[in-house]
Amino acid sequence: MRVSRLNVNGDTFEVAAPEHWTLLEVLRYRMGLIGSKQGCDKGDCGACTVLMDGKPVLSCLTLAALAEGVEVTTIEGLLPAQISAGGAGTDPVQEAFHRCGALQCGFCQPGMILSARALLNENPTPSRQEIRNALAGNLCRCTGYTQIVQAIELAIAEATGGEPENPSWSPGENPWKISHTSPEDLEKAEPT
Amino acid sequence: MAARDNHGTDAPWKEGFQVVGRAHPKIDGLAKATGQAIYTDDIQLPGMLHVKMLRSPHPHARIIEIDVHQALELEGVHAVLTGADLPKKYGVIPWTPDENALATEKVRFTGDEVCAIAAIDEDTANAALKLLEVKYEQLHAFLDPFDALERSEPQIHDEIRGKEVRGNVSKNVKLEFGDVEAGLEAADAVVDDNYFFHGTTHTAIEPHCAVAQYSPHGVLTVWSSTQITHYVQRALAHVLEIPEAKIRVIQPCLGGAFGGKSDPFALEFVVAKLAMITGRPVKCLWTREEVFYAHRGRHPMHLHYRTGARKDGRLTAVDAKILIDGGSYSSFGLITTYYSGQLLTGPYDFPAYRFDSTRVFTNKPPCGPKRGHGSVQPRFAFEVQLDQIAEKLGIDPIELRRKNFQGEHTETVNGQRITSNGFLRCLDEVERASSWKERRVKLPRGRGLGVAGSMYISGTNYAVYPNAMPQAGVQLQLDRSGLVTVFTGGNDIGQGSNSVARIIVAEELGLDPEDVRVVAADTDLCPVDLGAYSSRVTFMVGNALIDACRKVRKQIVQAVAEDWGVPTARVWMGLGEVFDLEDRERTLSTREAFHLTEERFDTLGATGSYNTPELGGDYRGGTIGASPAYSFTAHVVEVDVDEETGRITVENCWIAHDCGRALNPMLVAGQMEGSAYMGIAEALLESHDVNRFGLHAGPSLLDYRIPTSVDTPELHALIVESLDPEGPYGAKEAGEGPLHPSVPAISNAVFDACGIRLKQLPFTPGAVLTALRAKTGEPAPVRA
Repeated sequence: MRVSRLNVNGDTFEVAAPEHWTLLEVLRYRMGLIGSKQGCDKGDCGACTVLMDGKPVLSCLTLAALAEGVEVTTIEGLLPAQISAGGAGTDPVQEAFHRCGALQCGFCQPGMILSARALLNENPTPSRQEIRNALAGNLCRCTGYTQIVQAIELAIAEATGGEPENPSWSPGENPWKISHTSPEDLEKAEPT
Repeated sequence: MAARDNHGTDAPWKEGFQVVGRAHPKIDGLAKATGQAIYTDDIQLPGMLHVKMLRSPHPHARIIEIDVHQALELEGVHAVLTGADLPKKYGVIPWTPDENALATEKVRFTGDEVCAIAAIDEDTANAALKLLEVKYEQLHAFLDPFDALERSEPQIHDEIRGKEVRGNVSKNVKLEFGDVEAGLEAADAVVDDNYFFHGTTHTAIEPHCAVAQYSPHGVLTVWSSTQITHYVQRALAHVLEIPEAKIRVIQPCLGGAFGGKSDPFALEFVVAKLAMITGRPVKCLWTREEVFYAHRGRHPMHLHYRTGARKDGRLTAVDAKILIDGGSYSSFGLITTYYSGQLLTGPYDFPAYRFDSTRVFTNKPPCGPKRGHGSVQPRFAFEVQLDQIAEKLGIDPIELRRKNFQGEHTETVNGQRITSNGFLRCLDEVERASSWKERRVKLPRGRGLGVAGSMYISGTNYAVYPNAMPQAGVQLQLDRSGLVTVFTGGNDIGQGSNSVARIIVAEELGLDPEDVRVVAADTDLCPVDLGAYSSRVTFMVGNALIDACRKVRKQIVQAVAEDWGVPTARVWMGLGEVFDLEDRERTLSTREAFHLTEERFDTLGATGSYNTPELGGDYRGGTIGASPAYSFTAHVVEVDVDEETGRITVENCWIAHDCGRALNPMLVAGQMEGSAYMGIAEALLESHDVNRFGLHAGPSLLDYRIPTSVDTPELHALIVESLDPEGPYGAKEAGEGPLHPSVPAISNAVFDACGIRLKQLPFTPGAVLTALRAKTGEPAPVRA
């Protein structure tokens, strides 16, 4: 048993766990931070990705003891960080994933979103190829990555005031500029 | 068909759709994006024990003796189970129960479960596994389906449900419609060829997990990563010999399934039994390696097709002979065998058809239903064969497919009813979007375009166990707060069925979608739905929801109309408000309308149901593959073939899919893109196989190569809406159909790129180089 002093999502905790336990195990099974997922436990899938000092790291290949002295950010940390930075609600990357349908089963997405967050912190306007490269360590089995890439491009477009590209399935109006029908739209829909 | 099952294609309110047809984010999207969503392994109960399983090291062996004593003595071990503790056999298809949670007399593949240990933690359970002693007598292992077909001894299964098994044949289906030989005689061109589809597996990113708790009152609760809650409840009752009413099965958030979680699995029975024995909560989380053994993935198939066509391209007859490698257990194999033939009879019309499909048992991880169950493999062979006919006759491959279009509202040669059919528009869309006419054949050498089409079911009228009850049931609760809660047995496996439920209810009752919540897949709380398989949920649960909503809507409209003293036709509900259509000053909030209605009719709620109409051909097996509606798809794929290395790169994939009405086009597109991605992956990268010792060839996400974001091409989803007369607002399926054409379209594009026909999957660089050498007559390299 080893007591580790871990800084997770801005708070410092002392956690006792077997010495061979990984950061993922300590987060999930000692601290109750179940947002980080275990898909393979071998560093192949990326579902366990967390940020250590802002860089994406596979928590299933990182001994908990090695996470001392760094700032660990898990998926649970993004929303509170957004609020304490004066924002409202979720991180714009989380919001964009939600709005673009990028969350199907959702199991890979905590890791995926953190990889995307790290990319945008480093490079606020990556190209599509740079986005694809940055996500190459996070396997997704549901989406074919299309809506994930679209989500990140939407987050970039919103941050930079650009226009998100129309998806192929919506050749007419851009589905991500309009939110749900507003009461004013309803007035317009009123039968004559 | 009952009135409750058929609601037409129109919007519920005559002013058109308010909610349906727009891109709505998913009901659970933010919970998943923030890490709040609870999956099975996220459940931690006080005092919970952890289970590890001992698995067979041999592909086929008799168990002589199991010694558990040393393991039981290890500190921290609470119980050890062997096959003797769970002797009743089960199987998802009631006619073929041939599985035990833990092996009883024999093990049938390397990885078959033998013992289970419950301990205070996984480390202790793993240490105890090493103390188990099992003596085996090894038997001949069947690793090749031809070997299993030809050699009947030793049998992998001696009897199933009291019936003797013939050799190692799991199922044989022979059906003939029309005069095939006459059709082939009359043809101007006949193509006769062999094809092979290899094994692939689902690889959902969430490994299988189950948690059980047994209450002092004798109620067993099982949380499981399943896509068939109802069937798991039934299977648990059968194996544990306790009444279904004492069992509650809950599917928490599910991290992907694709058919890989639609059987009852060993871990569900084991955690249940261990919770009953120990009186403590028990969890079992399979490792990624174990998920590869659980498998139930795509059946390898050896396919032989003969197809005849006249000079004008019209097909005259199709003759198929298929050998299916089933692996070690039946799973859905009875259905797979039928599907391998029954689902080929669209979108093309042919007057004569015969298939002879044989599924054999082999000593490999059991195959089952993977996205596009049983029909992706024959579709691959047939769509490549169609291109061979087009080549022979000198007809454009898209034109050949158009010429053979079966039409709408027709019947297939095997007696299946076709309703809406947007296949021609799918062909038009991919032809236009890919600039087919301008670019095909004219692309530089090494670049090519290929097309393929397909059809798939939107649910089937074959319930897994015969019964006349509805296939889908739902319940609504209308609260005084204005909130509507939907209770549905439907399994949201990530495809978004709970989100579909939300928008249908919001549409019907004129609500803001945010005011609809969904409780799903909990057998204590939700009416039965048969589960997320056969692409049935949107179609069936959707219709059941409309049925329920219209019952309460009638009450609400009546109560409001009476209160206002106006005819019911003047009352209109939309986006959280109720209006008088002729006096726009008069409005109520939905919440107030609920109050009025509750005063008039008492507590508000309704149930709704859906059942399929009588469908299918009048012959044995004629209902298998009979669907209330079929979806149709066409793909054009653009490939780049590197003739130096043999590597195929898919540059673009245009996917046109007829989904009926797109209730939420963003979710439909997500299903189309995910399907095409999975098909491309099967064609180029993935292979699920065992080595010559029967050991899995690579049970990890590194060895089993699923594409990353850089391996995946640009996917262009093109939605085609044909409005089906029986689907909810005209909707059909979108989750499985769009996988089918991607595999043959790649083969056909490679032919366009460099003139080689790839007929054996997967299309590895080695296979491409071999085919290129054969074409130029260059001898293959020989071992010195």
